[in-house]
Amino acid sequence: MGEWKTPAELKYAETDEWFAVDGNMVTIGITDYAQDQLNDIVYVEFRDAGDTVDAGDSFGEVESVKAASELYTAVAGEIAEVNMSLEDAPETVNADPFGAGWMVKISASDLSPLDGLMDAAAYDSYCDSR
Amino acid sequence: MSYIPHTAMETQQMLAEIGVDAIDELFRAVPPTHRFPKLDLPPPMSEMEVAAEMLAISEANDHAQDFAIFRGAGAYHHFIPTVVNHMLLRGEFYTAYTPYQPEISQGTLQATYEYQSMMCALTGMDAANASHYDGATSLAEAVTVALEVARHRRKKVILSHAIHPQYREVARTYHRGRDIRIIGDRGRGEIVDLMEMLDENTAMLAVQYPDFFGQIDDMTALADAVHEAGALLVMVANPMALSIFKSPGELGADIVVGEGQPMGVPLGFGGPYLGYFAIRQKYVRRIAGRIIGETLDADGKRAFVMTLRPREQDIKRERASSNICTNQGLMALSASVYMTLMGKNGLRKVGELNYHKAHYAANEISRLDGYSVDMSKPFFNEFVVACPRPIADINKALLEQGIIGGYDLGQHYFHLEDRMLLCVTEMNAKDEIDRLVEILGGLN
Amino acid sequence: MLQPLIYDIGSPGRMGVNLPECDVPKVELPAALMREELPLPEVGEVQVVRHFVKLSKLNYSIDQGLYPLGSCTMKYNPKINEDAARLPGFAQLHPLTDESGSQGALFLMHELQQWLGEISGFEAVSLTPAAGAQGEFAGILMIRQYHIDRGEGQRDLILVPNSAHGTNPATVTMAGMEVLELPSNNKGNVDMDALHAACEGELRDRIAGMMITVPSTLGLFEETILEVIATVHDAGGLMYMDGANMNALMAAVKPGALGFDVMHYNLHKTFSTPHGGGGPGSGAVGVNEKLAPYLPGPIVEIVEDGTADREEPVGATYQVARNARSNDGRPNGSPLQTSAGEAVEPPLYGFVMPEKSIGRMKAFHGNFGMHLRAYAYIRVYGDSGIRDVTRYAVLNANYLRAKLMQTYKVPYPRYCGHEFVLEGHFDDAEDVHALDISKRLMDYGFHPPTNYFPLIVPEALLIEPTETETKADLDEFVAAMERIAEEARDDPELLRNAPHTAPVRRLDEVRAAKELVLCCAPAKAAASV
Repeated sequence: MGEWKTPAELKYAETDEWFAVDGNMVTIGITDYAQDQLNDIVYVEFRDAGDTVDAGDSFGEVESVKAASELYTAVAGEIAEVNMSLEDAPETVNADPFGAGWMVKISASDLSPLDGLMDAAAYDSYCDSR
Repeated sequence: MSYIPHTAMETQQMLAEIGVDAIDELFRAVPPTHRFPKLDLPPPMSEMEVAAEMLAISEANDHAQDFAIFRGAGAYHHFIPTVVNHMLLRGEFYTAYTPYQPEISQGTLQATYEYQSMMCALTGMDAANASHYDGATSLAEAVTVALEVARHRRKKVILSHAIHPQYREVARTYHRGRDIRIIGDRGRGEIVDLMEMLDENTAMLAVQYPDFFGQIDDMTALADAVHEAGALLVMVANPMALSIFKSPGELGADIVVGEGQPMGVPLGFGGPYLGYFAIRQKYVRRIAGRIIGETLDADGKRAFVMTLRPREQDIKRERASSNICTNQGLMALSASVYMTLMGKNGLRKVGELNYHKAHYAANEISRLDGYSVDMSKPFFNEFVVACPRPIADINKALLEQGIIGGYDLGQHYFHLEDRMLLCVTEMNAKDEIDRLVEILGGLN
Repeated sequence: MLQPLIYDIGSPGRMGVNLPECDVPKVELPAALMREELPLPEVGEVQVVRHFVKLSKLNYSIDQGLYPLGSCTMKYNPKINEDAARLPGFAQLHPLTDESGSQGALFLMHELQQWLGEISGFEAVSLTPAAGAQGEFAGILMIRQYHIDRGEGQRDLILVPNSAHGTNPATVTMAGMEVLELPSNNKGNVDMDALHAACEGELRDRIAGMMITVPSTLGLFEETILEVIATVHDAGGLMYMDGANMNALMAAVKPGALGFDVMHYNLHKTFSTPHGGGGPGSGAVGVNEKLAPYLPGPIVEIVEDGTADREEPVGATYQVARNARSNDGRPNGSPLQTSAGEAVEPPLYGFVMPEKSIGRMKAFHGNFGMHLRAYAYIRVYGDSGIRDVTRYAVLNANYLRAKLMQTYKVPYPRYCGHEFVLEGHFDDAEDVHALDISKRLMDYGFHPPTNYFPLIVPEALLIEPTETETKADLDEFVAAMERIAEEARDDPELLRNAPHTAPVRRLDEVRAAKELVLCCAPAKAAASV
C-alpha cells in the first residue's frame, strides 16, 4: 500500500480522476495519488461551464513544473459548474484533492459509465502496481 | 586531423581500455552489407586554403559593402554598432547550449529575459517568448495560438494580402494538415474589405504594420471589429518602425509577431534572423517555444529560468501545439545588445532618420517624368514606385551604376507590374539617394 | 555577484551610440500615429559592454570545457567558421539579391546540398528548414502529401518508438496526423512483435510511415534496422530518420542506402555550427527519389550548365573578383582556367521550387549563415576527415563508457555509438538521483550530461563526449564522476544541495511557473490598456 488517501465512497478512473455522484450531478477531481505524482501544481484550465462533453472527452488540463496532464470525464453531459477558485490557487489541488480541489461538476445524461470504473480498493491496487 | 586531438598512442590506450584492437570493431552492429561506404567528398583543406576559398566565394556576391542598396521587402540594411558583434563573438554565449541547466546558464537566461522585456516595450504586449525561427514562422505559430484560443471551434483565418507574400506561404505550409481555411490574401483588399470577412467562424485576422508596401493604416477600428467578432488581431510589425509609431498594443493587437532582423542582425542572405512573438497576458500560456521567467535560488537570490516548460514538446509530446525547441537564441542576443545600445533615445533617432530619408527619396522620385509614388497613406521607410519600364530593366541599369534597386512587386502581385518597392534606411546617404534619383530620371 | 538588470543601470538621457545628423530636409512626422513612450534602457557603450561581458561569465560553454550533453553533439565550433560568416560578401548580402548577384552563395548552397546528400546517401537535399524540428515537420508533411497524391490519403498514422525525442510525436500532431507509439524491448531496440502487429494488423492501410532515430536515443545502433525498414515499407509506409545522431554514422553507414526515405540533418550538431545558447540551428532534409519532388523550397539547382569540370577544385571557379563579372552572373574579365590551362565557364546556379513542393518552411532560403559554416567545416575535414569525425566520436564514447561502467550501472551491454546512457543512482545511496549527480558535476567544472532522457531508462544520464575531446579531458571527467559516486555514499547531502560553486544555487521553478514574471517592470510601462 502506498501513502495516499482513497476515499471509499468515490469511483476512480485509470486516468486518475475521481467521481462523486449526487443525483445526476457528478463532481470530478484528481486523486491524491495523482496530485502526489504531479508534484507542485502550478496551473489548471477547464472547459467552460455550459459546454457539452462526451464520455471520454477531456474537460481540462493540469500542469506542474515538469508535467502536463489532460483531464478526462467518464460521463457525458453538460458542464454545470467549474471550480474557478483553482485558477488563482492551483496548489489547492495538492492540499485537498478530494475537497476544495474539486474541478468540475457535470450534469450527467447517463450515469451507467460509472459502473465500469474502479472502487477504492481496486484503484489502490492499480496504483500499487504502477 | 583538424579538430580531432587524438595522438596514435592515446588512441591505442583507449582501445585497450575498451578491449578492442581497432576502432572499426566498434561498428559491428551496423549491417556488414552497408558498413563503411566510401564518401565522394573533396579532400581535406588547411585553414589557410579554406579562408581563401570562403573569401573568393563571398566576393562572387553583390553585397551591401560594395553597392548602395535600396532593397528591403522583409530584410533591411541597417547600421549595426560594432559592440553587437563583439558581444556575439564571446564563446561563453555562442558556444553554450540551450539553458536547461540554469545554475550555469544565467548569462543566456538574463540576456534573453531582457530581450523579452525590450520586445514587450516595443510592441506594447505583456509577454514575449525567446524567439521563433523568423517573422514568417512566428506568424504561422500565431495562427496556431489563435486556433487554440478558439479551442479549434473557429476554422477561418484571415491574412491580409499586404502581409509579406512569403510569410503567407509559410503560414499555409504550417497549416496544410489542418482542417482550416486561410482567406483574405488573394485579393487586394483594403482594411474595410478585411473587416467584412469577419464572422463567428473567424479565429484571427492578421495585418502587417507597416504593411508589405511600407504603408500605415489606422488599425483601431479594425481591432474593435475583430474583437467584436470574437477573434484575435495579430499584427506583423517591423520593430524598427515601432521606434516612432504607436505600438500594436496601443492599437488593440492581441498578438504581435515579426522579423527581428532590423535590430542588429546583418542581411546574411536571409538567415539566421529571429522571429519575435509577443502576446497579451491572458494568452501567455498559449505561447509556443521557450520563455524565461524570474525566480529565486535556494539562497533567495534573484535568478532566471526557462518556465512554462510543460507546454513544450519534450514533455507534452504529441499533445504539444508546436514542435519547436531550438530557436534563434543568439540572434535574440544580437537584438538585445542592439536595443540596449540604441536605447530609448537612439532607436527613436534611427527611426526618424529612416522616415525622413525615405520621404526625401519618395518626394524626389515623384517629381521625375514617368514615375509616380504612392503617397496616399503614411509610410515608414518603404514605398511603391510606378516605373515607366519593366523593373528588371531598371534594376539592371542601376546595378551597372553600383546600385541594388527596389524589389519587383510584379513577381507576387499581378496588378503591380512595373512597380518597385523601394527601401531607404539610415544607411543611404543623401548623395546615394540623389544618384539613384538621377539614374532613374535618365531611364524614363 | 549578480548582475543588475539592464533597466536598473541606466540614467535618463544616456545613449550607447552616436548617430549621424540627418542629411536630408526633414518632413513633418504624422503626429496622430506617433508613439509617446519608448521604455527602452538608457545606457552608455561602456556599461553595455560590461553588462554583457559580466553576463557571459555566468555561462558554461564549449570554449570552457567538456560539454557531454547527450543527443546535442556539443563539439568544438571552429573559429574560422565565425570569420567566414562575417565576410561582407556573406554578411551583407540581401536575400532578395538577383541570382546573377548571388552566384557565390548559391554555389556554396549547391555544394553543401551535394555533400550532405553524399554523406547520407540521398538523392536530393533542401537546406531551408531552420532547425531539426522544422526538418522533421518538413519530412512528415512530405510523407503526408506523397500518400495523398497516390490516392492513399487515409494513411494518417506515424509509428514512433517510445524512446523518441519529444519533437517526433509533436511533429506528427502539427502535420495533422496521428502517433502510434511503439514499445522498446529490453535491448533498447524497437519491439519487433509490436511493429509487426501494427504493420500487419487492421491498421495496415493507415500506416503512413515511421520516425526513428539511428543510432537510437540510447546511443545504440538498432540491430534489426533492416527488418524494421522492410516491415514498414511492406505496409506501404515510408521511413523517416531523425538525424540528430548523425555524428555516429558518417562514413559508417548511409541512411539512404539502408532504405530510409527521408531524414533531417542537424547542422548545429553534426556539422559544428554553434548552438548559440539555444539556436540558431539548421535542419536540412535529405530525401530519396520518391520524395524529391516534395522538398520544401527553394532549393539550389544548376539552371544553366557551364563547362567547368566537376573534378576541378571547387573554389577555383570563383577566383575571380566580383567586379570582373558580366551581368548574366558569369565571370568574364580574366578568363578562368583549369589546371590544364583550358578556359572554364562556371555553371549558373538558381533557386528552384521543386515540382510538388510542400512549400516554404520559412522566409527566404534557410539559415544561410549556418550553411556556410557547415560548408567550411566539411571542406576542412574532407573525405578522410569526415570519416574520422565519426570514428573518434564513437571511440571517445566507448572509452568513457568502459571507464564509467566500473562505477555506474550501464544498461545494455553493447558497444555504443557516439553516446551512451548510464543510470544516475546507487542501490546503497537511494536518496541521490541523476539530477543531484548532474548538479554536483558543475562543482567539478563540467556541464552535466542530458538527464532523465530517454524516458525508458530510470534516472538516465545520457553522455555524449564528441570527437573533439582529448583522452586527458575524458579522464578528468571520469575522475569527477568517480568522486561523486563516493560522495553519494559518504555525504549525500553534498550532492542534494549541489551546486555549491555555480553563480546561483538550485532555483525555485514552482515560483517561476506560478508568478510568471516574464518582463522587467519598467518595460511594461508601455504595455497594454
